[in-house]
Amino acid sequence: MNGPDDGLDGPGGPGGPGGRRPGPEEQQVGGAPRIPDPRGAADDLDPAHAPPPPDLPPVPSPAPDGAPPTAAGSSARSGRAPEPRSHTVLKSLLGAWALAACSAEETQAVEDHLTECAPCAEEALRLRDAVGLLHREESLDLKPMLRSRVLEECLGKRPARIPVPAWAVPYDTETARLDALLRDFGDGEWETPVRLKWFEEERRRTRRTTVAGVIGHLMTVDGLVAAALGLDDPLGPDAPQQAGATARTEHYWSSAGRPPARHVREPWREQGHTLLRTVSFAGRETAELTVDYGPFALPLGDAFLERAFECWVHAWDIAEAVDYPYDAPSGPDLNRMIDLAARLLPSALAHRRRAGLAAPAGRLVEAGAPGRTLRLEIEGSGGGSWDIALDSPAAQPSPEHTVARIALDGAEFCQLAAGHISPEEAAVGGRTATARRSATCCSPPPR
Amino acid sequence: MQQRLARGEAAALGELYDRFASLVHGLAHRVLGDEGGADRVTREVFGYIWQHPDAYDPRQGSLRSWVAGIAQGRAVDRLRQAERDRGSREELEEKVRSANAAARADYIVTSMPAPLRAALELAYFQRRDYRQAAADLRISEDEARRRLRLGLQLLSTANALPPEDTAPPGYGPPGYGTPR
Repeated sequence: MNGPDDGLDGPGGPGGPGGRRPGPEEQQVGGAPRIPDPRGAADDLDPAHAPPPPDLPPVPSPAPDGAPPTAAGSSARSGRAPEPRSHTVLKSLLGAWALAACSAEETQAVEDHLTECAPCAEEALRLRDAVGLLHREESLDLKPMLRSRVLEECLGKRPARIPVPAWAVPYDTETARLDALLRDFGDGEWETPVRLKWFEEERRRTRRTTVAGVIGHLMTVDGLVAAALGLDDPLGPDAPQQAGATARTEHYWSSAGRPPARHVREPWREQGHTLLRTVSFAGRETAELTVDYGPFALPLGDAFLERAFECWVHAWDIAEAVDYPYDAPSGPDLNRMIDLAARLLPSALAHRRRAGLAAPAGRLVEAGAPGRTLRLEIEGSGGGSWDIALDSPAAQPSPEHTVARIALDGAEFCQLAAGHISPEEAAVGGRTATARRSATCCSPPPR
Repeated sequence: MQQRLARGEAAALGELYDRFASLVHGLAHRVLGDEGGADRVTREVFGYIWQHPDAYDPRQGSLRSWVAGIAQGRAVDRLRQAERDRGSREELEEKVRSANAAARADYIVTSMPAPLRAALELAYFQRRDYRQAAADLRISEDEARRRLRLGLQLLSTANALPPEDTAPPGYGPPGYGTPR
């Protein structure tokens, strides 16, 4: 560590302070002279650092504020018999001197001055010591689990009077996790191409965008939830409200004028915070509000889960594009997301039947009566098992009527539900046509 | 934010964490030099703020500087505990002093006006001289020299020894008030 403790007891006399502090990649051996090393190649390219030609006019006298009128370029060429610089000019060089960021000739002039000017010598020493405190900022990734742990501990010590509803917690966690990933992104990373993948009408669809475009997409679709809560639409009042997520995203991407860039992060984040705050104050009953996605609708509580799920899936896309590792959600959150997908399966199946994409129900089942049942078994963290009614959304799933089983890993199931892998790929382990068809239904409507 | 925390809004706690966790964790890591210790300090700091939101007095400075002060104080306490039986009292005090200075310096660098920070980065990390830095930043060479000197002056306050029983220096609002 280039710590503050090295060299604090450095040369005390005015003639002493003379060199740069060891840089981050060099260590000064104790007792080495503190004279700046000759600068490297960059200096040699700079004509200002060429050996001073003879017969140049003397250094112009400094302006009243201590600034030489024609900048210091000329002062570097002050000739063999340098005109003494004023105290003010030399003082203005102290910062550059301490950082070894002035010419050799200026360095010499400053150091000569320090032997005769106590205030400048004192400041020079102080600034030189300050250079030792500069550190390259370490980019330490905060462990995502730390956030949940901190919040949990805090709320254990002092329960919230206005809690975040349990169904909104996965959204809070996932948006914070993605935001932490974005924190250190430079412009280049924001422009990294990302290929979005999903399944629609039996075919793999892809769409090219950038990291910033993905965040814009998340913000745009979160806007549907904002609308259900009576909040402002992030796309403005003229945006297509009823058009559904895909059309809204296309509208956003095409109307932004130029491709979205890093500035999209703040409105996305701010809207997320506002959503959480709003549902916290509105309380439990808002869970029953309906969020209109265009082709389908979800109760608000499920919509928050769906947004958490999408946030994770797209964070995964982004992480993959910039080659960062990204974990699956915590077990309990993943479990809630899988549960949502399992609950949506019967209506997705019915939707496909109406579209002629799925075989008709084997028989008519009265509402509430037991019907053919798919057993979904999810392994790993967040796993569990779900019985899903296949005949109609109103039928009652029943273990006695199980006609197929699907066993998948939790993350694999979510990849399927997100449309990242095809039903065929996911159903490789499935033995029956029902398993394949069911896997097909796991792919949600286009978002 | 303070009012929302005082009201017991869990969503405000999450936002507080999102705003300051990397600051708190980074300072604690600078003082302690280990990740587990920095994690613990982070938990303690947010636990303290959530339980004592009224302890913040906006007249004393920004919320950010208050949070940083708590983080540094907790981390240094932990450093003292960890190092108590290693070496002499003088060695311990020297470790604490240098850890305090390093943490304050980090805070000062992240809080100083962006133009000063940019000039320091060019001169120190990228080894540009002040003329090159001036060209890179499209400012006059005078201004480049001024920024380098001012940035170091701000940074040098991190080395000031804190008087006993007062908030560590360096957490005041950064500004241009230093004499040229």
